[in-house]
Amino acid sequence: MTVDEQIVTEAPAAYLERYGLMLLIRLFETEMQRLFLKGEVHGTTHLSAGQEAVPVGVCSALAPDDYLAGTYRGHGHALAKGTHPDALLAEMLGRVTGVCGGRAGSMNVIDAEHGLVGCFGIVGGSIAAATGAALAAKGQGRVAVAMFGDGATNHGYFHECLNFAQVLALPVVFVCENNFYGEFTPMLKVTAGGDIAGRAAAYGIPASVVDGNDLWAVREAAVEAVARARSGGGPTLLECQTYRHHGHSKADPAKYRPPEEVERWLARDPLGVAKARLAELGVSEQELSEVEETTRARMEQAVQSALAAAYPDPAGETATEFAP
Amino acid sequence: MSAGAALEFRVAIREAIVEEMERDESVVFFGEDIAAEQGGVFAVTPGIQERFGTERVFDTPISELAITGAAFGAAVTGLRPIIEIMFGDFMGLAMDSLINQSAKYWYLSREQRSVPLVVRSAVGGGGRFGAIHSQTHATWFQGVPGLKIAFPSSPAEAKGLLKAAIRDDNPVIFLEHKRLYSVKAQAPAPGEVLPLGQARVARPGRDLTIVSAGKGVPDALEAAGQLARDDRIEAEVIDLRTLRPLDIDAVLASVARTNRMLAVEEGPATGGWAAGLLGIVAEHGLHDLDDVWLLSTDELPIPYSPTLEDAFIPGAAAIASAVRERAGVVVGR
Ligand SMILES: Cc1ncc(C[n+]2csc(CCOP(=O)(O)OP(=O)(O)O)c2C)c(N)n1
Ligand SMILES: [Mg+2]
Repeated sequence: MTVDEQIVTEAPAAYLERYGLMLLIRLFETEMQRLFLKGEVHGTTHLSAGQEAVPVGVCSALAPDDYLAGTYRGHGHALAKGTHPDALLAEMLGRVTGVCGGRAGSMNVIDAEHGLVGCFGIVGGSIAAATGAALAAKGQGRVAVAMFGDGATNHGYFHECLNFAQVLALPVVFVCENNFYGEFTPMLKVTAGGDIAGRAAAYGIPASVVDGNDLWAVREAAVEAVARARSGGGPTLLECQTYRHHGHSKADPAKYRPPEEVERWLARDPLGVAKARLAELGVSEQELSEVEETTRARMEQAVQSALAAAYPDPAGETATEFAP
Repeated sequence: MSAGAALEFRVAIREAIVEEMERDESVVFFGEDIAAEQGGVFAVTPGIQERFGTERVFDTPISELAITGAAFGAAVTGLRPIIEIMFGDFMGLAMDSLINQSAKYWYLSREQRSVPLVVRSAVGGGGRFGAIHSQTHATWFQGVPGLKIAFPSSPAEAKGLLKAAIRDDNPVIFLEHKRLYSVKAQAPAPGEVLPLGQARVARPGRDLTIVSAGKGVPDALEAAGQLARDDRIEAEVIDLRTLRPLDIDAVLASVARTNRMLAVEEGPATGGWAAGLLGIVAEHGLHDLDDVWLLSTDELPIPYSPTLEDAFIPGAAAIASAVRERAGVVVGR
């Protein structure tokens, strides 16, 4: 069965579940925004609302023990890879029940149990982490995926790792979430040539531009790239074009983005796109709202449990500088 | 801006850049998002591009090695770059160029060309930014001859030291503590340029010397105030201003008066500047010393959770109790 056939013949129920996961990420980000304003989330936070189809589509093509390296805009990366929402939210709140016990915070989440090598706060760091994970994955029959932004493609990490991975034919998929901005700066202003996918050609790596707001399109591209990686075909670069609904971080109102552009992207909200497609596939209103209800309840549970959890007690911390 | 008026730390930085760019056409300024409307993530440099144009002030791609390496190349060929590496933590990506090119060029070229560049970064913890947006990178560069490292403690100091750094013919690593950006305090006299490599007595006192830099100085001053009020301990506070060169003479002179020294560093003791200072003071001032010790952080990355981070960073209360515990009984009258 070809990749296309697999995608087409898959039951709508699988997509309904993925829609639920996208909604969970959206609700998570809404809670993060609310809890940040309430002073429960500290320092800063980078929301991924609007980009949910990318991590969900990509992770749907992975086995649970495959590796993912994400970014500081990584709540969706972690949730899509299987991190429990309770543990992720507690981490954001700095609570002892957090996935890293409150030590890591929003920009540095690590969840080895679920194959999340890390969410990296250094732009480009995820690219190298996934490249290295692919070195290990090769002997383990696994695949590694790097998630990173458009801005990261101007970093040495991007160019050095694409070359490195191709030379060694590593089982890695490079997934660029091109949301057209790096902080306050438009992608085209700082990206020579303006064609991210096109950069792969210089390294002889297959690449494609993907509609990052269409779960089906992302999944299709990811299934193909992962199959290539797993069968020894080496790396792939996927440029998933998408858009963040919020500013870069916490209080950035994103005034540098033209209103028409924002409108255009909001009209193609990945959740709306998925919902319409599910309806076309014959999923009923009733089935949709059941999934939405369950997801809401799950998020509510995460909020309650995180808020009820204690802060770590510095006196009781067992941190050691070195592994024994 | 006249002396006496309150000046915000971030505005002091901006004024220093603007005044030096006005004074010298060869000064250029670039970095990530520094020219965007907001003027960088800490809103330090809005309006500078509008004032000096896109040739002299511009945003770069997210390419720390290119930014720093290009600053080096430009510095040895006639420009005087000020660059911003947003968070000091990102200096890891820029280190090669600074350590292996900028720092060595003057010596290796047999003084053919100097390397006049300034690398500005936001540093320090307490902002809940987690382990890789909270470090103070000074000590990563501490042992590199050819580099200067400035770490201002107040708005006036920031302005005077940055002006000096821009005029200096050597690569200067300039640290801006995040939790100082919104501090407002007395502005310096117009045109004041402070010397690099000369510490100052921020508060005189006879019972012990507290040495620090950056945010550690206002913390030490606050601690000194508490100790004077509650324990009748008069601490002298030395603001190092630059961590390289270290003004050993100023520290030794103070220790000769007080006979006790506490060095406060927001960072681990091992390999830190404070530990280095202790060694030098012991070597040269042993006969003056009754006690010498340091207050630093655990040998661990900086934690995110508020309870953990607060316990981790040595603030005013920690400094005051360190003095009380160690010397209070002996020193107090
Ligand atoms: C090496 C490094 N440089 C700069 C930063 C500061 N920074 C954080 S996010 C960001 C923009 C990244 O843009 P992009 O790669 O497009 O990802 P997005 O945030 O849009 O998801 C920058 C400059 C950083 N974290 N690491
Ligand atoms: Mg981006």
